[in-house]
Amino acid sequence: MPMRLNFVFGINIGGNMTLLRTPLHALHEKKGAKMVPFAGYDMPVQYSLGVLKEHLHTRAHAGLFDVSHMGQVVLRGRNYHTVARALETLVPVNILDLPQDRQRYGFFTTPEGGISDDLMLANRGDHIFMVVNAGCKIDDIAYLKRQLEPEITVEEITNRALLALQGPAAEVVLAEHHPMVAGMSFMDVKTVPLAGAECWVSRSGYTGEDGYEISVPVAVAEDLAQALLQHPEVEPIGLGARDSLRLEAGLCLYGHDIDTASSPVEAGLAWAMQKSRRAQGDRAGGFPGAERILNQLQQGPKSRRVGLLPEGRAPMREGVPLFASADADTAIGVITSGGFGPSLNRPVAMGYVPADMAAVDTQVFGEIRGKRLPLTVVKLPFIPANFKR
Amino acid sequence: MKYTEEHEWLRIEDDLVVVGITDHASAQLGDVVFVELPEAGTTVAKDEEIVVIESVKAASDILSPLDGEIVEVNEALVATPSMVNDDPLGEAWFFKLKAADLGQMDDYLSEAGYKKLIG
Repeated sequence: MPMRLNFVFGINIGGNMTLLRTPLHALHEKKGAKMVPFAGYDMPVQYSLGVLKEHLHTRAHAGLFDVSHMGQVVLRGRNYHTVARALETLVPVNILDLPQDRQRYGFFTTPEGGISDDLMLANRGDHIFMVVNAGCKIDDIAYLKRQLEPEITVEEITNRALLALQGPAAEVVLAEHHPMVAGMSFMDVKTVPLAGAECWVSRSGYTGEDGYEISVPVAVAEDLAQALLQHPEVEPIGLGARDSLRLEAGLCLYGHDIDTASSPVEAGLAWAMQKSRRAQGDRAGGFPGAERILNQLQQGPKSRRVGLLPEGRAPMREGVPLFASADADTAIGVITSGGFGPSLNRPVAMGYVPADMAAVDTQVFGEIRGKRLPLTVVKLPFIPANFKR
Repeated sequence: MKYTEEHEWLRIEDDLVVVGITDHASAQLGDVVFVELPEAGTTVAKDEEIVVIESVKAASDILSPLDGEIVEVNEALVATPSMVNDDPLGEAWFFKLKAADLGQMDDYLSEAGYKKLIG
C-alpha cells in the first residue's frame, strides 16, 4: 500500500485504546505540542518550532524533553552488593564494581543471545536505580520480579516524572537551580533538591549532547519543567527531534536498531560489557545467552550494525533493504533507523550488513521506490559526542 | 481552485493545471527535506504516484489528480525543499499538467468542501 499524504494525518494506530498521560501532559498542550501515540502514551512529537528547529536548538542551546513514559525501577536487597550480584545474572555488565553515584549503560540479554531491552542503571548507595524503555517496561518489571524476587525487591517508581535537559547550555541552566550539578561529570548521579523536592539527577541523556536526566516527584514536575522553560536558552523538544538527535549520535533505538534477534556484539554494544563479564574475567558469563555472546566476541559476529550515509538527498528509512551492488539479487542487510540529519543537513542511517562489508568506506546500495541508490559505510557517531567527561 | 482529498490543490493557468499541496498538508508534514519530481513529458494516469515528498517525519507520495501529460516541473523544489513549508500555495507548486479531460476536475472539492474535510 503506497503511503499517501494523508498517511501522516491519522497517525497509524489501530483501535480505540486509551492512551496514558505523563504528568506533563497538560503542559505539552499548553505549549502547543502536536500529540501522538507512542508506547501507549499520548506524547508530544513536536512543538511549534517543528522537528528541524527543535533539533538544531538542542545542539546549539538546550532542549527539555519529557521522558516520563520510560520505566523507572528501584531494586533493593540486603545491600548494594546483593542487588548488583543478582542483576548481573540478567545484565552482562560489571555492576558490582560500579562506584557509588555512578551510572552505566546496559541491556537484558535473552537465552538466544539477543537483547530484550537496553537500559541505564545507577549505583545509588544501598540500591540500584534503573531506567528502561517505555515499550518494554511492563515485560522488564515482570521479568525482574520473576527472576530476582524474593531476595531482591523490584519497585516501579510511578510517583516521579522523568525530564531530560540536553544541550551545551544545560549545565548553566540547571546550575542556576542548584550549583551542585555543575560539578557532576558524564554518568555521575546525585540527589539534588530542585523545585523544592528531592530529585535524582544523572549527567546523561540520549542526544549525544551534554545534559541531565532528572527524576522528579510528580507533585512538582510541572513546576520544575516550567522553571526550566523560563530560561531563554531552553525550548521544549518533542519525540521527533529526540529521534533525529539520537540517530545522529549513533545511539540505538530499542525495537529498531536492537531487538531479540540482534546480539550485543552484532549491535556494536560490546563496549558496554566490561572485562570482568567476558571470557577469562572474574565473573565471566553467568547471564542469558552468555555462550553465544562470548563466542561471538571471540570469533567475531556474522553481521554488524554500521553507520550509513546515503549519497544523494533522499532519506532512507527503517526497512530499506541493502544490497552489495546495484544489480545483486538478494539483500545482504537492512536499514534499522534512518532519516534526515538536521545537523549534518543530509540523510543519515544505521543498519546491519555482513561483517565483511562493515569496513568504513564500503559501498552498499539501498532500494527505495524500485531504485538502487548508493550508501557508504561510515564510523559512528555521525556527530561527535559533546559529553562532559 | 479545486482540492483533492489527498490535500493537493489544482489551479488552471493558461490551459494547464498547476498542482501543489495545501498549507494544511505542508503544516502536517513538517519540515520538508526532499522532493523528487517526474520528468517533463511524462504521460501520467489519475491516481498514479508521481512525486515523492519527504519530511523529517515521513515519506509521502503525491498522486496525479488527472490523466494527462506533465508539461513542466518545479525544479527549484529539488534544490530547496523547504519552499514547500514556506509558500505551499504559491512558489512551491509541483508540476503543470496538460489534462486529457478537464472534466475530471469536477470530481474534486471546492475550497469550502476542502475546509470542511480538514475541519
